[in-house]
Amino acid sequence: MSWLSNALSSSIGRKIIMSITGLFLCSFLVIHLIGNLQLFKNDGGVAFNIYSHFMGTNPVIRTIEFVLLAGFVFHIYEAIALTGRNKAARGPQGYKVDNIGQNSPWQSRNMGLLGTIILIFLLVHLYNFFYRARFGDLDPDINSNDDLYTLVASSFKQWWYVLLYVLAQVALAYHLIHGFKSAFQTLGLTHRKYTPFITYFGYAFSIIVCAGFAAMPLYFFFLK
Amino acid sequence: MAGSNPNAKPMDLTLKVWRQRNRTADGQLVDYQVKNISPDMSFLEMLDVLNEDLLHKGEDPVAFDHDCREGICGSCNLYINGRAHGPEPGTTTCQLHMRKFKDGDTIVVEPWRAAAFPVNRDLSVDRSAFDRIIQAGGYVSVNTGGVPDANEIPVPKSIADRAFDAATCIGCGACVASCKNASAMLFVSAKVSQLALLPQGQVERKTRVENMVAQMDKEGFGACTNIGSCAAECPVGISLENIAILNREFLAAKATSNNLA
Repeated sequence: MSWLSNALSSSIGRKIIMSITGLFLCSFLVIHLIGNLQLFKNDGGVAFNIYSHFMGTNPVIRTIEFVLLAGFVFHIYEAIALTGRNKAARGPQGYKVDNIGQNSPWQSRNMGLLGTIILIFLLVHLYNFFYRARFGDLDPDINSNDDLYTLVASSFKQWWYVLLYVLAQVALAYHLIHGFKSAFQTLGLTHRKYTPFITYFGYAFSIIVCAGFAAMPLYFFFLK
Repeated sequence: MAGSNPNAKPMDLTLKVWRQRNRTADGQLVDYQVKNISPDMSFLEMLDVLNEDLLHKGEDPVAFDHDCREGICGSCNLYINGRAHGPEPGTTTCQLHMRKFKDGDTIVVEPWRAAAFPVNRDLSVDRSAFDRIIQAGGYVSVNTGGVPDANEIPVPKSIADRAFDAATCIGCGACVASCKNASAMLFVSAKVSQLALLPQGQVERKTRVENMVAQMDKEGFGACTNIGSCAAECPVGISLENIAILNREFLAAKATSNNLA
């Protein structure tokens, strides 16, 4: 199997892992967004708590959780490995004057920075919601499900928390604007018939998904 | 001078030129003044004027790479004001004319920067890494025999055009120079796809892409992050589509070739 490990550790192999894990994480975003839309339901969180109880206890979901974790780990590991290789490739002496901003989009050049912002957000997010829902001691709601909804609602009453979430979604939107179409390019899935659609779909996907997530803290802060 | 503009005003310019004695020495930007530069001169002719001045003063001239000076050989390679081959799209340094600059401008001139392209001296860089990538597979090793009759090998016009577009790569290295990752993917992809698209390239199709990508990695070039600087700076307009073809060829070759290493 050395051919496989050689292929996957080559520059193109690592990019292919980045693209597959990236698209997988995009699919997670869709599921996460659709489920969390129940936060907007005006029922005091009953539906949302049923959903979060299901997500925390269903054996299929719990298994896929490990696949999701692996997706994040590989995406981050390959990003670090590629960044190291790419920084070294410039050599010890960089340019004194570099106007690379004139020939490429900002977000494309700053995927690592955007990814780091998203990672910091992710750790805070996991600690506050995932960790406390799974391992914490939330009070039961009327259905005696853990009342995650109340924790969400109270968290999003703090302005700095809302700000962190909204900024993270802006970073995620820019990350996806480059990442979505870039994944198809890396996988070689380009065609003059479909690539323009993938590009536009990627834009729409990035903005709609991130606006959807950003709407949640803003809704609780301003309207609840 | 035939075709020159008699009303064009000569220019005085300040140059900041990278000077470095040899591969191991430290280099730095050195300021020079050049006077009476005709807007009709090419960038390299302007450097010739500078070098003549330096020789008259008994100083070492600035070393830079050049050959055909008509935009087809791929020898010239200057990073001018932070852009590969200067600010003008679709041109090599030799085809960049001084009319693109203004009297009194300061112009920064640096060599290509990549670990795989060491600086020989001043602005001259060693691009033999590209030669070694070509030697790893960028050819068709069949006995071609005599000239075949026209249209004996059927190739659709649209495919022939795409292969020809890829084949216009002159191997100057602007893609590596302008890429923030110093990636050679645009160059390698042009060389892979020009042959992968044509019938003559089929026999060695899988080994070619495997060997060329392996050599590209061995030379220390970075990995593509699809930012698009390379295609924007490419003097002959090699398209990013070739990189997608390279990725596809690589994936298919790794999945189906008989190479177990």
